[in-house]
Amino acid sequence: MPVLFGFAAIIAIVATVMAISRLNAVHALLYLVPSLLAVAVAIYALGAPYLAALEVIIYAGAIMVLFVFVTMMLNLGEASKRQEQQWQPGRGWIGPTILAALLFAAFLVSLLRAGPPTAAHYVGPHDVGLALMSTYVLGVELASMLLMGAAVAAYHLGVAVVGKQQKATEAETAAKVGAP
Amino acid sequence: MHPAIYNALWLEPVIPFASSFVLLVAGRKMGRRAAAWLGSCSILASFLVSLAIAVAWEGAPYTQTAWHWIAVGSFQVDMGLYLDALSVVMTLVVSFVSFLIHVYSTEHMRESEGYERFFAYMNLFVASMLTLTLANNLLLLLLGWEGVGLCSYLLIGFWYGDEANGLAGRKAFIVTRTGDTAFILGLFLLFNQLGTLDIQPLLQRAAAHWHVGAAAAEVAAFLLLGGAVGKSAQLPLQTWLPDAMAGPTPTSALIHAATMVTAGVYLIARMHGLYELAPAALFAVALIGFATLLLAGCSALAQHDIKRILAYSTVSQIGYMFLALGVGAWSAAIFHLVTHAFFKALLFLASGVVIHALNDEHDIFRMGGLRRKLPLAFWCFVLAGCSLAGLPLITAGFYSKGLIIWQAYSSPLGTTWLWIGALTGAFLTALYIFRLIFVVFYGSEKLAPQHFPGPAVQWPMVVLAFLSMVAGFIDLPVALGGGEHLSRFLAPALPLVAQARPTALGEIGSEVIAAIVFFVGVYLIYLFHLQRPSLTETLMAGGFTQGLHRYWYSDWGMDWLYDRALVRPTIAVARADKHDVVDLFFAGIGALCGGLYRALRLTQNGQVRRYAAWIAAGAILVMVVTIW
Amino acid sequence: MTHMGLLLAAVLFVLGLAGLLARRNLLMILVSIEIMLNAAGLAFIAAGAAWNQADGQVMFLFILAVAAAEVAVGLALVLQLHHQTKSVDADRANHMRG
Repeated sequence: MPVLFGFAAIIAIVATVMAISRLNAVHALLYLVPSLLAVAVAIYALGAPYLAALEVIIYAGAIMVLFVFVTMMLNLGEASKRQEQQWQPGRGWIGPTILAALLFAAFLVSLLRAGPPTAAHYVGPHDVGLALMSTYVLGVELASMLLMGAAVAAYHLGVAVVGKQQKATEAETAAKVGAP
Repeated sequence: MHPAIYNALWLEPVIPFASSFVLLVAGRKMGRRAAAWLGSCSILASFLVSLAIAVAWEGAPYTQTAWHWIAVGSFQVDMGLYLDALSVVMTLVVSFVSFLIHVYSTEHMRESEGYERFFAYMNLFVASMLTLTLANNLLLLLLGWEGVGLCSYLLIGFWYGDEANGLAGRKAFIVTRTGDTAFILGLFLLFNQLGTLDIQPLLQRAAAHWHVGAAAAEVAAFLLLGGAVGKSAQLPLQTWLPDAMAGPTPTSALIHAATMVTAGVYLIARMHGLYELAPAALFAVALIGFATLLLAGCSALAQHDIKRILAYSTVSQIGYMFLALGVGAWSAAIFHLVTHAFFKALLFLASGVVIHALNDEHDIFRMGGLRRKLPLAFWCFVLAGCSLAGLPLITAGFYSKGLIIWQAYSSPLGTTWLWIGALTGAFLTALYIFRLIFVVFYGSEKLAPQHFPGPAVQWPMVVLAFLSMVAGFIDLPVALGGGEHLSRFLAPALPLVAQARPTALGEIGSEVIAAIVFFVGVYLIYLFHLQRPSLTETLMAGGFTQGLHRYWYSDWGMDWLYDRALVRPTIAVARADKHDVVDLFFAGIGALCGGLYRALRLTQNGQVRRYAAWIAAGAILVMVVTIW
Repeated sequence: MTHMGLLLAAVLFVLGLAGLLARRNLLMILVSIEIMLNAAGLAFIAAGAAWNQADGQVMFLFILAVAAAEVAVGLALVLQLHHQTKSVDADRANHMRG
């Protein structure tokens, strides 16, 4: 288990570094997927198989797909690469790196002050399910309402865009037809 | 039970207050005649009330409380009037002399603008003065005190069109204010130590709590003395009175001769119980009186403005009153206060006649030979001048000043030096007043008089001249066959002088020496000015005498001293602080807030990425602080 | 082992933060936010494993739900911005100035 965990950790870190530093948005997303899968393996190695599965299904499977859809829709491909280069001077990374290093140092310090390391206990789906349906049932209902609200909001925000686009294309075709 | 007339006591200050208010509000509409009648009759009413009370006087003190003025915790002050022998005498003198001067000013002020305003201010003054003398507690006395100070300022600067008058009024106010500050501090101390400001209970508690020479008594007495010195224009605060002559002549007669400047004397006499417990302060009173009467006498000798001579004379005579208070001769001081009111007011009124006749000429060396054309003024000057200088046996001033001179010698607190000083002062008095008379009324005529006094001016002067002669008989000393009526009358209020100390000279001897001094002085002046003027020229030719003359003319350099030591540094500090250094702190707070606002505004630039960066930085800071 | 889990979570979170602050493309910013959320969830799982409770996993589930909702709405907003300004530059959205 620890070997598996370490292996997955290394992959996750490398993939994440690549993901945040690519200029091409699609490449960045493609690097992010293995990062998420590696994190899923790490979660499995920590004794939470149910959530490892959920990580793959929802995070890598739904959220990343959504990102890819939108990126494709916005047509951000090679053309934007030059734009990104313009936007990303190397020295733009200095400040964020410093802040990130500070935060990491803080984490390290608090981690070092923690007690001796504990072994990772296996917590199966059965226990998770029990907890969800008894102690956290209210949270479950709230989460479902949140998702419903997000769906409605996304629909409304999106239909305005798509609607206008449709009208624009229709006007173009009408002009083309009506002209001659 | 007291006589019913006592219940009318409150009318004495209230009638002039009311008439003053009416004149201030509706004076212009009333017209000059109505204003003159109202102004004079209100004072007459006040005088008649005080006369009726005096006639019905039974001897026991009486207090009348109008209402409770202030009641805060243990601090209780009433609007209370206190009647005793001293109040009776003071109110009689104040209201009577005021009435005569009001009648005089109905004619004298006729050509002045602001006629109604003048009567309003004069009535307000009389009301405040009566409040001062009748007050049964020190806070109400302070109210009257401040009221007379205010009216003095208003009346000195009456002709406000000329800036110099306003400046003179301002100087008077500031100098007396210096004294008033000490006075108020004294009130704080007395209340703090004794718990009350009502005069009679205060004096009883002082006698019970403090032994003779107690520190608190001394300090309180000195502080009250500071107030008296300011108001009565004694050393070192006498510089305002000569400049106050910028006001109209009736004002000078009333306020700066007969009444306001005697308020300090009244205060010390009223608080005699406190001063008996503070021998150092009492000695200071005598010393101040002694120094002032000599210094002012010398200054009067070197002046050439007719009113300034009389102003310095007033300062000098009040010095006599202070001297009397300082040696414990309380009723002698009041006696001189009464006679001085008569003859000094008369001197001022007569000088007003002269000034008016010569179209506002004040310089005596531009006057001359007026005795034929202005006989009333001449005889009034002579009679009042003789009273002032102390012509033996037939003038009031002789008896009152003689009593002071004798008490300076024989009272338990008196010394030979004080006596000699008082005699020297009498000598100087004879010199300066007869110098004035001989220069103005004898010799060749330089300016012809053009306005002559009418009946409204003549009658008050005649009455005052009569009183200047006979008023002395109310306190004729036993040694000369009299009954000392005034001293006995005042005895319940002001204790008689204790057993006289054994002296080489008796009372008669002192009076004789005073008489000799008078005649020598008059003769010397006669010699130097009338018989052989060349002597004056040779005297004034010398460098030393010229320097002395300049020095005395400028009042012993006191104005110069105050200007250099006090006025200029204050103005320099005020100029340096023109933009109010202290306010910088508060303005700085505002500016700091403005600066912070401007700085913080820059963060609201709409750039979301910057916001994200700041949020991240803040969160990291909080984390770091938490795990620290 | 759980300490290793927390350390991994810390590294991933910090990387996500750096990406968030450094990138100008709105989509990349959203991606960095997702990385941070993922790392936070990983920390919860490690903690739940350490205490031998299901609560850590339950929290991660909720985080997952929230992340999904947030991505949906966020991407819709990015679409709107792109429609109006024809670019996905984060610095273009600076109209709310003080």
